[in-house]
Amino acid sequence: MKIVLEHLTKQFISRHNSSEIVTAVDDFNFEIPDGKLVGLLGPSGCGKSTTLNLICGLEVPTEGKIYFGDLDVTDLPPENRGVGMVFQNYALYPHLTVRQNIMFPLENLKGEQKLSKEVMNEKVLEAARLVQIDTLMERKPSELSGGQQQRVAIARALVKTPGVLLLDEPLSNLDARLRLQTREQIRRIQKETGITTIFVTHDQEEAMSISDLIIVMKEGMMQQMGKPQEVYNHPANLFVAKFLGTPAINVFEGKILNHKVYIGEDMILDTDAEDQEIYIGIRPEGFIPDKNGSFRCRFDRIETTGRDTSIVCHNDSCISDSDIRVIVDSDDEINNDNGIIRFNLKANKTHLFSKKDEKVI
Amino acid sequence: MYNRNNLKGWLYLLPALAFVVVFMVYPLIDVFIYSFEESYNFASQTYTGIGLYNYSYILHDPYFLQAVKNTFILVIITVPLSTGIALLISLALNSIKKLKDLFQTVFFLPYVTNTLAVGLVFMILFKKTAYSEGLINLLLNSIGISSIDFIEGPYWAKMFVLCFYTVWVVLPFKILILTSALASVNKDYYNVARIDGTSKLRIFTRITLPMISPSLFYLIITGFIGAFKAYSDVVALFGTDLNAAGMNTIVGYVYDMLYGNSGGYPSFASAAALVLFAIVLTITVINLLVSRKNVHYQ
Repeated sequence: MKIVLEHLTKQFISRHNSSEIVTAVDDFNFEIPDGKLVGLLGPSGCGKSTTLNLICGLEVPTEGKIYFGDLDVTDLPPENRGVGMVFQNYALYPHLTVRQNIMFPLENLKGEQKLSKEVMNEKVLEAARLVQIDTLMERKPSELSGGQQQRVAIARALVKTPGVLLLDEPLSNLDARLRLQTREQIRRIQKETGITTIFVTHDQEEAMSISDLIIVMKEGMMQQMGKPQEVYNHPANLFVAKFLGTPAINVFEGKILNHKVYIGEDMILDTDAEDQEIYIGIRPEGFIPDKNGSFRCRFDRIETTGRDTSIVCHNDSCISDSDIRVIVDSDDEINNDNGIIRFNLKANKTHLFSKKDEKVI
Repeated sequence: MYNRNNLKGWLYLLPALAFVVVFMVYPLIDVFIYSFEESYNFASQTYTGIGLYNYSYILHDPYFLQAVKNTFILVIITVPLSTGIALLISLALNSIKKLKDLFQTVFFLPYVTNTLAVGLVFMILFKKTAYSEGLINLLLNSIGISSIDFIEGPYWAKMFVLCFYTVWVVLPFKILILTSALASVNKDYYNVARIDGTSKLRIFTRITLPMISPSLFYLIITGFIGAFKAYSDVVALFGTDLNAAGMNTIVGYVYDMLYGNSGGYPSFASAAALVLFAIVLTITVINLLVSRKNVHYQ
């Protein structure tokens, strides 16, 4: 099912000061195509979870409309929207077994929708098989690992075959190894069922790795939406550029003068843009070590982690929180001339942002 | 090393253990022995024989049987009633936002009020005197029912006052426990249930009740034990001559056998105390057995 948000806004009255209004979600407009897996991405407190709660109906929007397909669901209570939701802490009923937990939503059906015991059992088993927990049906949640609990929660959300599946920080309670496994599982389950799925995360790697589309949020405002690689390669503003990618993008202060881009004294690129003060973001993989290169940095050290070799260096114009990090091929020749290292830059890995509004030039 | 640590542990426990042994264990054993010593004389510390006569005596004593009956009626009425009412009030408190603190305070006030002061208030409410009919009777009169003497009148009226009083006195503590138990249930459970379209009743029976079942169970057990041990409340309402008022309780009977006008019979008192012990133990064991299936600890 396609999901459309129109001018969606949610304001809260501040808990500390009742005259202050906090805007958690600010004028959202986007359309999620049917059957896609969408990652809602942003730092903590940027309104991701509120957006999810608005879509499932637990929160009522201050303004704007939500459509599932062509149906306006803005005023529908959550139970009539046909959504399945998985909470960050899974919220499995601790006193019920896995089977009873998954069956719970089915037992709520009333009137004509009411199912026979056999059909219910069949559906429960089907959902359990899909998430591969059908051998653990009689266990209590406390007897399951985090990953298993997660899958039970997904099965419970899926058992009623909802039109939309919502996952709130689905992986944040799992350890690193399990996280990798589980995100593949989520990807697989979503592909098998074809249910339009939105998941919230603050982990950009997680979002980039499994989403068809990502939506980057900051302080209640949507920054950019697109395919993960597209957003990574063409960030709309400095925030998006900084938020995506590990190691993070290196940010410098610089200027454009006569269609040339300068960092400090070094002319690094040509450009069509007007003369102005700018920020320059260079991805770690955007540097080519070259002893005749135009961009100079002070060499610090070389770090090798696994298959990556990175050069750590310094430059006075750099305004990133950490040192400059450059990822190079291990067989690249590293020229180190009295502590000065020179690079050429890849134009497609170098992004220019206006200093005024931090938007891409 | 292990043994030395063990010894140290016992050493730390010693002060507490000494108190428990001197003031709990020894008297318990003593009571047990007393209850089998026939015609025990307190002054001369002599007895005529060992046997079950003391039990046989109290089990044929109409005052004791009346006390047992009173206690059971009190327990059976007040424990479920007070727990149920406390649950309703807690649910209501939990669902309101405005004035919640005010209501919580109001409901908790009886807990910090002196028993005898409360007894006095109940006298004003219920007691007929030469000057006044009592507030409740004024109310009854205004809807056309003639006055009832709640304190010295018919048995059911006195029992009503006692139950009313007991429920009212134990409510605050139960409300306190239950509101905090309800507040500690994670809101996500309710959110999931809402999204799944769970009816209010089903949310209550399938989620809320199991989640607060440990607190509920605790209240039921302590409620039973507390009600079986009722005494001071009865004195506050009906005075010290409870046998004459027909409102004695088992603990009251034990006290009377020791110190009352008919007192001086520690053997009978001990036997009655052990009967009470047996009753409380049985009820608690039944409670525990029932709870195994229905109480969910996390």
